[in-house]
Amino acid sequence: MGKRIAVDPITRIEGHLRIEAQIEGGKIVDAWSSSTAFRGIETILKGRDPRDAHHFTQRFCGVCTTVHSMASIRCVEDALKIQIPDNARLIRNLVMAIQNVQDHVIHFYHLHALDWVDITSALKADPAATAKLAQSLSDWPKSSATYFKGVQDRIAAFVGTGRLGPFANAYWGHSAYRLPAEANLMAVAHYLEALEWQKDVIRIHAILGSKNPHPQTFLVGGMSIPVDPDSQNAINADKIAFIGKLLKKAKLFVEKVYIPDLLAVASFYKAWAGIGAGVGNFLCYGDFPMDESGRVESFYLPRGVIMGKDLANVMPMDEAKITEYVTHSWYRYGSGDKVGLHPYDGETAHAYNGPKPPYDFLDTDGKYSWVKAPRYLDQPMEVGPLARMVVAFSSGHAEVQATVKMVLDRLGVGPEALFSTLGRTAARGIETLLLAQKSELWLQQLADNMGRGILAVHNGDKWDPATWPKEARGFGYHEAPRGALGHWIRIESGAIGNFQAVVPSTWNAGPRDAAGQRGPYEEALIGTPVAVSDQPLEILRTIHSFDPCLACAVHVLDGRGTEIVQVKAL
Amino acid sequence: MPQHSPPQEQPLDEKLLQRWEARGVSRRDFIKFCATLTATLALPASFIPQIAEAIEDKRLPVIWMEFQGCTGDTEALLRANQPTVAEIVLDLLTLEYHETIMAAAGHQAEEAKSQALEKYKGKYLAVVEGSIPTADGGVYCTVGGDSALNIVRKICGNAAATIAVGNCAAFGGLPAAAPNPTGAISVKDAVPQATVLNLPGCPLNADNLTATIVHFLTFNQLPATDGLGRPLFAYGKRIHDNCERRAHFDAGQYAEAFGDAGHRQGYCLYKLGCKGPETFHNCPTIRYNEGVSWPVMAGHGCIGCAEPGFWDTMSPFYRRLPQVPGFPVEATADKIGVGLVAATAVAFGAHAVGSAFRKGDAMESDKVIKED
Repeated sequence: MGKRIAVDPITRIEGHLRIEAQIEGGKIVDAWSSSTAFRGIETILKGRDPRDAHHFTQRFCGVCTTVHSMASIRCVEDALKIQIPDNARLIRNLVMAIQNVQDHVIHFYHLHALDWVDITSALKADPAATAKLAQSLSDWPKSSATYFKGVQDRIAAFVGTGRLGPFANAYWGHSAYRLPAEANLMAVAHYLEALEWQKDVIRIHAILGSKNPHPQTFLVGGMSIPVDPDSQNAINADKIAFIGKLLKKAKLFVEKVYIPDLLAVASFYKAWAGIGAGVGNFLCYGDFPMDESGRVESFYLPRGVIMGKDLANVMPMDEAKITEYVTHSWYRYGSGDKVGLHPYDGETAHAYNGPKPPYDFLDTDGKYSWVKAPRYLDQPMEVGPLARMVVAFSSGHAEVQATVKMVLDRLGVGPEALFSTLGRTAARGIETLLLAQKSELWLQQLADNMGRGILAVHNGDKWDPATWPKEARGFGYHEAPRGALGHWIRIESGAIGNFQAVVPSTWNAGPRDAAGQRGPYEEALIGTPVAVSDQPLEILRTIHSFDPCLACAVHVLDGRGTEIVQVKAL
Repeated sequence: MPQHSPPQEQPLDEKLLQRWEARGVSRRDFIKFCATLTATLALPASFIPQIAEAIEDKRLPVIWMEFQGCTGDTEALLRANQPTVAEIVLDLLTLEYHETIMAAAGHQAEEAKSQALEKYKGKYLAVVEGSIPTADGGVYCTVGGDSALNIVRKICGNAAATIAVGNCAAFGGLPAAAPNPTGAISVKDAVPQATVLNLPGCPLNADNLTATIVHFLTFNQLPATDGLGRPLFAYGKRIHDNCERRAHFDAGQYAEAFGDAGHRQGYCLYKLGCKGPETFHNCPTIRYNEGVSWPVMAGHGCIGCAEPGFWDTMSPFYRRLPQVPGFPVEATADKIGVGLVAATAVAFGAHAVGSAFRKGDAMESDKVIKED
């Protein structure tokens, strides 16, 4: 028998996600992932100037800002065979890396943490014991008993105000929360610190990209932010120093706060290293070209595919093997709903036949989501930090191997623990550390170029549409914070003939395909325990471990963590 | 924001300052915050005590809804970056519902929304991010199983006022771009009887939202607006008129290609497609991310994101404005700058001319491919 539940909206993500699940004997036995919003941007793009595409596609998502601009620009550059100047490569690497770093930290503290941290218990903590705990984990200077007492006092001062705000109706006191009070207080303090930190470090996007969210300096052929040591209107020595300062700040917080916290919290939740495995297939386009050629072989995070958790066998990635199914998605293909189409031939004809709102449950035997179901060699694939880390690990990437081993050793678990809810969350931290450290190299190289008089940021040889072939097509890749992102374009007579994007959350959140195979979210939920069926805390843990997006929004209202404890007051 | 005047010597109520200190906000930060807000609202410094009073302990209940959006406006709010602004914003508002940040999920989340609607009926502020799809019975965006259209009518219809943040909520934005596959409309079009203030931009500049909310708290009414429902303090002036590169335009100095000497030296971006001459927004004055930069400062033209329909009327983004009224088009950029400064100033000086730009079909003729 069991019970069917629907969690809608899934909160603390970007966008609109609904999970339906069948629960039997306290565990999930089947699950369905549905996206409930559609904007039709691929349709809107048809007929427009390919050089404009990145402005449109960046608005796919304001949390994963930058990432769709990157993929769009690269697909046009691939189609038109444009080689970008070295400065543009370095500026893009910096923009992409800090996006990953900032986004991952926000995900950990402001989106995911409430799944593991019961903030109401922080009031019971002993500040002296909290200081002792913090100092045993890291030499981060903000760790005195006085400091933690101050945080606790600030929280307590708000408890009496009695207005719940966004922390009403949550799951505080749920039996699945395991952290001691002191760890909860430490997490609250770092939650507040991370809130300040993220605003500071993302100013790198403002310097290089004009603003964040939605930086505006991307260009087909390079970047529009000039480089010139003799101008105030360009990246000069002063701005290099400013970026350097912010990168250092980013790195220090990751090394001394995020990673120690991640290890400390994970040590209380090791059971989750055996939950949430998912499909066990991983796809990674790779990114961060390390030399001017931009060739795939130079990527800092390598390209590759792993099937069936087989870490001994990394296969080359061939984008021609990607197809998308709409069997269970609210679209229709001209050739019928059972076939999979490659993105170059993709169609976005929407065909909603779900229940008329308001509704209680979707018809999951039929079409039930606005997300298509992408497949690689007809298999569902997980993308994201875990995919990147296992592909790099198995490819013999020395830095990734060393950091992964450090984390596994510290937690006392083997590599098999990677394939889990906890492994996904840990991989995100490992990647953040590596990218925060690597960014300083790219900034140094940019400064070196400038010092040698290399100032080009844009290759304008193919800027004029008159120089383009009548027809061209291209694939644009990017490793966004949430995973492998691909854009495919067909250019016809100087305009967009077809545009298709297969985004990380399409891979991870997609529904079943023609063969009935579940998508990664759906598969990862199978076997997840649910202690109280109307308090879906465990579902949120596994779904959030994929980071469905929207991390950053958490800080809006939460600047001082005040309302968090008001929950307790009521 | 360095362009704001420093805090004035205005005595603020001592008890009020002590209350903020107890909440962990130093009096210095608090006074600075009030001064900044007063300046953003274009009010004289004598209003600082009134602003301080307005934000004291009057946390405004807010229901924040997102429909066909990208969460970019929520993100933008997080970057409102005076050292303690984000903290103080928490104390200005109590966010009763916001999907991206709330701890609860599913029906507990929807319950919070219903409770707030009942408890604060007619008193809460509704904030909407994203457009509202109307085609096919509203099936293109549902939350908790109900359509965006139903939800927005209910929540905005019972609010004291509604703020539409970002171009999608204000004007339909990207989802409404041709051919508007989902029948996306703005909040005002979805709930015509509601009091709606538009804060367009893609995304909006968070400083303008903060200032609007404080204005509402201070004067108990929304700020004065232009014909498009946008507050005059933020959208009353044309980007071109306040642009830091305006002198280069007037002198006929243009960047001709990205990365050329003129581009590196900060020359006018008009020939690279800048839409500053037909866009009303305070970007050049307040900039983004703690006043660090804005698009023109970083070498990329304005794309007109505060204007209705900009995805169609301002694109292709890298083609220059095809026409300045009264002048024969395309080839005239240099002339406009060098020879016709006075005439241009007159043309650009008149507010109404902006509308003439927007309504002109000339932009369409400049497109690579015409829309359906």
